[in-house]
Amino acid sequence: MFAVNINTRQFAREIRAQTVQMVHRVNASHVGGGLSMADLLAVLYGEILKVNASEPQFSERDRFVLSKGHTCAALYATLALKGFFPVEELQQFGQDGSRLMTHISHKVPGVEFSTGSLGHGLGFACGKALAAKRQNKNWRVFTMLSDGELDEGSNWEAILFAPHHRLDNLVAIVDYNEIQSLGAVKEVLDLHPLGEKFRAFNWAVREIDGHDHAMISTALKALPFEPGKPSCLIAHTVKGKGVDYMENQLLWHYRTPSAEQVKSALEQLGCKP
Amino acid sequence: MRTAFINELMVQARENLNVFLVVGDLGFSVVEPFAEAFPDRYLNAGVAEQNMTSVAAGLASEGYHVFTYSIANFPTLRCFEQIRNDICYHNLPVTVVAVGGGVAYGNLGYSHHAVQDIAALRTLPNMTVFSPADPDEATGCVRLALMRGRPSYLRLGKAGETKLHAPHKLTPEPLLVRAGTAAFAFAVTGSILKPVLAAAQILAAHGIETAVYSCPVLSDDTRESFKKLWRHQKIISVEEHGFAGGFGSFLKEICPANVEIQIRAIPQINAALVGSQEYLREQAGLDARSLSQTALDFFKQ
Repeated sequence: MFAVNINTRQFAREIRAQTVQMVHRVNASHVGGGLSMADLLAVLYGEILKVNASEPQFSERDRFVLSKGHTCAALYATLALKGFFPVEELQQFGQDGSRLMTHISHKVPGVEFSTGSLGHGLGFACGKALAAKRQNKNWRVFTMLSDGELDEGSNWEAILFAPHHRLDNLVAIVDYNEIQSLGAVKEVLDLHPLGEKFRAFNWAVREIDGHDHAMISTALKALPFEPGKPSCLIAHTVKGKGVDYMENQLLWHYRTPSAEQVKSALEQLGCKP
Repeated sequence: MRTAFINELMVQARENLNVFLVVGDLGFSVVEPFAEAFPDRYLNAGVAEQNMTSVAAGLASEGYHVFTYSIANFPTLRCFEQIRNDICYHNLPVTVVAVGGGVAYGNLGYSHHAVQDIAALRTLPNMTVFSPADPDEATGCVRLALMRGRPSYLRLGKAGETKLHAPHKLTPEPLLVRAGTAAFAFAVTGSILKPVLAAAQILAAHGIETAVYSCPVLSDDTRESFKKLWRHQKIISVEEHGFAGGFGSFLKEICPANVEIQIRAIPQINAALVGSQEYLREQAGLDARSLSQTALDFFKQ
């Protein structure tokens, strides 16, 4: 069950379809940021990560930490479609008493760490990567960050830390969709030039189109980008990608799709409810 | 106390290969022997307490029992949310160690006065607060923290504290440091035990033999351990910490209705004061003379 090659494009469509429906059912937010990272998740879980759905805690697995925990619907969908738990359980997303709470929960099979408050995932991932180094383990640590969360100072402590300790078993993927809570990243607190910032902190950096599966796959198969350095993959993405009325719209950071809008989204994705 | 801590940590690290020490670029002339003896289980995370704490959680999630180490409020309040979410919510074996609990760094000013830490940390799920009074208690706390294998906070004094009571095996129960025949008692947490014992001496000179308990282990799941205190119907709680939410508040939350507790702690208004630990204790009425007078007034009521 390691790194099985599947049709990642179909996988991404299904992740998106589930995400849109999950968010709709409970009137939740953050659909846009879920769709922007769906292709990255599809390639990660379809081709790259060494994980085992029937034994989520097996010791040699790659660790994936979702630091942008508010977009967990897409990761829950990914894990369910991958067989970590039944797809039917996705119906319980956000329901009272469900383990699928609307920010990522480590109580869900396949999830390493609960986040929700931004700026926690990268430091935790650094700790795991350091543990692997100290124990001479070969598994790797991947973490997915949002662009908005890079406003948090704690991330920059970790960005300073990882290269100093030569954590080349650590990969930070930035879902750079350029829209955060109240506006464009450029207007709220500009990150540009982000790649240069990571390079200046001594990371090995690649920038790709975060929706081009071949580019994602090629990049993630070339890890570490430089021996001795942590890898940063800046994935240029589109918020709400795959559903035309959501794409690049600030509104879809928070808005919940109506039943009509879900229908339209599923048609566009070529998926059934 | 910090020497007792590092010595015991080294003893434990020789036996337990999962003991890991992460420091926040503090601990000069304290942590070096550990770093030298266990380079694979030592890390200076730099002056970056938020990341230090998240890194500790990451290490702990891979099997280590991690001790983070810094001074005053830096490993606690600066990174409170990392302790709350990364360590406590995930119930990971990390012990946050702060040197300079209370006003041990009094002259350094308010930034270095740790007077809200017990209140803040004890509200967290799965957390045990260790607040030893002397080097022996500090040693016992390190052992107990490792044995419990869960989140904990070890609030140390500074250096040079003397041994205040006979050898004992530390458990979550209050330790009877001085026996007394009076119906009332002192219950104390931390190194402020020393002036309390001196106050008990003064009271003895007045013919009042007061029991004194040291309470180094505060935890939501060890409330039952405090039962032995409730034979006293009047208790003065003493802590080098603010009034709100600290040790005295803890006792008030768990004591039976018939037990009366008077809290002696540091008033918020004293935030404006700077000076030695001794001076600041006096200003807060936490010196032997003031405490004995408080006791006389309280117990006469």
